[in-house]
Amino acid sequence: MEIPYTVNARPDSGLFNAKMGVWLFLASEVMLFGALFTTYILLRVGAPEWPHHELNVPLATLNTAVLISSSITMVMAWASLMMKDFKKYKMYMGLTFLAGVGFLIIKGIEYSHHILAGEIPSTNTFYAIYFTMTGLHGVHVIGGMIVNGYFWGPGSKMWKTEPERFTNRIEVAGLYWHFVDLVWIFLFPVFYLL
Amino acid sequence: MGTNNLTHTAHAVHHAELHAHHEEPGFWRKYVFSTDHKVIGVQYGLTSLLFLLFGFTLMMVMRWQLAYPGEAFPVVKFAAPFAILGLIVMLISGFRLSLGTLIGVLITGLGVLVYVLGKGEERMPDGIMLPEFYNQLGAMHGTIMVFLGVVPLAVGAFGNYVMPLQIGAPDMAFPKLNMASYWVYFCGGVIMLSSFFIPGGSAQSGWTSYAPLSDVTVPGFWGGQTWWLLGMIFLITSSLLGSVNFIVTIMQLRAKGLSFMRFPFFVWAQFVTSFLLLLAFPPLEAAGVLQLMDRVAGTSFFLPSGLVVSGQVWPNSGGGNPLLWQHLFWFLAHPEVYVLILPAMGIVGEIIANNTRKPLWGYKSLVWAVIFLGFMSFIVWAHHMFLTGMGTAISSFFQTTTMIISIPSVIILSCLFISLYGGSLRFNTPMLFALAFLPMFGIGGLTGLPLGLSASDIHLHDTYYVIGHFHYVVAPGTIFALFAGIYYWFPKITGRMMNEKLGKVHFWGSFICMNFIFFPMLIQGLAGVSRRLYDGGQQYAHAQGVLYLNEVMSVAAWVMAIFQLIFVINLFLSLRRGEKAGSNPWEATTLDWTATTSPPLAHGNFATAPEVYHGPYEYSVPGHDKDFIPQNEPMKA
Repeated sequence: MEIPYTVNARPDSGLFNAKMGVWLFLASEVMLFGALFTTYILLRVGAPEWPHHELNVPLATLNTAVLISSSITMVMAWASLMMKDFKKYKMYMGLTFLAGVGFLIIKGIEYSHHILAGEIPSTNTFYAIYFTMTGLHGVHVIGGMIVNGYFWGPGSKMWKTEPERFTNRIEVAGLYWHFVDLVWIFLFPVFYLL
Repeated sequence: MGTNNLTHTAHAVHHAELHAHHEEPGFWRKYVFSTDHKVIGVQYGLTSLLFLLFGFTLMMVMRWQLAYPGEAFPVVKFAAPFAILGLIVMLISGFRLSLGTLIGVLITGLGVLVYVLGKGEERMPDGIMLPEFYNQLGAMHGTIMVFLGVVPLAVGAFGNYVMPLQIGAPDMAFPKLNMASYWVYFCGGVIMLSSFFIPGGSAQSGWTSYAPLSDVTVPGFWGGQTWWLLGMIFLITSSLLGSVNFIVTIMQLRAKGLSFMRFPFFVWAQFVTSFLLLLAFPPLEAAGVLQLMDRVAGTSFFLPSGLVVSGQVWPNSGGGNPLLWQHLFWFLAHPEVYVLILPAMGIVGEIIANNTRKPLWGYKSLVWAVIFLGFMSFIVWAHHMFLTGMGTAISSFFQTTTMIISIPSVIILSCLFISLYGGSLRFNTPMLFALAFLPMFGIGGLTGLPLGLSASDIHLHDTYYVIGHFHYVVAPGTIFALFAGIYYWFPKITGRMMNEKLGKVHFWGSFICMNFIFFPMLIQGLAGVSRRLYDGGQQYAHAQGVLYLNEVMSVAAWVMAIFQLIFVINLFLSLRRGEKAGSNPWEATTLDWTATTSPPLAHGNFATAPEVYHGPYEYSVPGHDKDFIPQNEPMKA
């Protein structure tokens, strides 16, 4: 017997295996970041004073724009495959990857400013939670880029043999990438604006 | 593939290729890096049994210190000759796969273990245990038993091996992920074990790792606590991969006709357990990352302002909150209690239905109780924290939810008890363990009620009563159910029955010893003896009347070890000499027994996809010539 529903959806659940898997994984990710946001709230309400306007809002706004754009190109990459246009897929997936690189560069500039100014995790709980949460988010971005880079490069060979399965893979990778984007949408106001 | 244009030669080539594809994989792919859920299940099983044995050994060493505080541990002296004796035994039996070799290996292993642990100025100079080492043993006993022993055995081994067979699936939904989760678990275990050998030793702040103690004990990367955190991150990752795999497998790969209310109870237990693992573990992962930052990057997540350690102001920024750790920890660790108990209940349900030759009483109530239990387990965590000064309003909330969660537990236990009524019971070894589970878990559960009430908890908190309570749940509760499962599914896994006589000796010995170990703890706890005391309470006036129990418990623990050796011998003896079992030796109804051979086919489990026609426990149905109707066999109209 072979494992069923690796490509086609099971009629009663409406999902293929990997898509259900990634949704469950994202549920656990919600709990992970949920616990960290809870930590943030607890530390902040317990602090006698909380630092304001310490972070670079324009750079973070730019980063938000970069990440949202990358979510759009990710959808376009998947849509291109649905329309059987592999060239366009390559372009959009490449753009998604580059946007990830751009995000990390901008984040790196921000980090280096703080570290050079002596503002490091041990300075106070604000920088501690800022570096921990954005750092963990950064790790998630890197993870997504590794997956996207693989599907842009060596992994895209599957398009020739199993196009449907490959399209599914891009959809699953896209769900994860949108989640990483979504986490940033929460991080940005929480640390930079509030 | 078979198009009409293919020539005969092409056909031959194609056949040869096909044949090559189906060739047996080599040793490494077959037994070590296998993606077959059955091999992975056995890997989980053997690894976790070794960890259980190791965790138990740590406890036996601790029990020496508790029974005879400050006296030299005599075993250390004999460890080296003991190990050499084992080598000689191995030599005599010629290193063949035989009982003699096995006993030799066990003796050598135990000798080397005690020698390594016992030697050294940091642990037991001249055989006398240092307090720091006692704390290490305590912290690692808890961690190893829960995260490396019981959960991997209950979920990783039984879930992996049995669940796909019971739902008629060819394998897990993601076989490579399954292999990855085993190896990530293995790495976590190696990190935990190697932490014993770094300077300063392993973690020593209890399995709960409460801050600020855990933050400041042997600080920095080369402290045992840091390794504990790294190990935990591996174990959590492994659980996450596993739980995603389990849920997808159950939802997507169940056989035709196997609707949710036709699931064997064990499958339901694994299903709910997986959700608990999936959603409760990430907050501990977050907490682990935060504590890692505290220890390595100098942050103060769990360190309050103005913390003084050994008369020195601790050089951190402060502003953190030690209670935060407790909240994040118990948000996992309370659902974890149900992760420990639910698969056990599932196993007991299977065995009771099979050996009473009756359907489980109240199957639907059982299922809804398990679901409700899983849901409630997320909102009871702070009953572990009544004494932290959270405030009475919050305590009242968690006290109420705790009382509510006892209802589904009682429903499950009642259903299993009532299932016995009117059945023609078969008292084989798995059934004995399953039957013992019921009163033992009953004692464990009922002794928990006074701990869940915030008033009586003031007296009982952090005493030996707590230890007695949760060990009754986990040791004669869960571990008995796991033993029952091993005796029950051993014929499916190996094709041979386990020895009944040795099994019964193992059962009665363990059953009596368990109660001599854990019941005195309840008595000591009520008398006010605190847990985690290095000397077992010698210096407390109020403890003097119950101190004699320390020796009773220790001797019972050591005697119990002998009965576990009988189990190990039985395991290996039956592997070679056990009576041959057919595909369905227990005359069971579920797909794991009725639609597969013993052991099941290496790839794909089933020769043809099974189809399910009715519920899981159709035993003794009137008007049928045999007293069980397999799930894949239609019932007579």
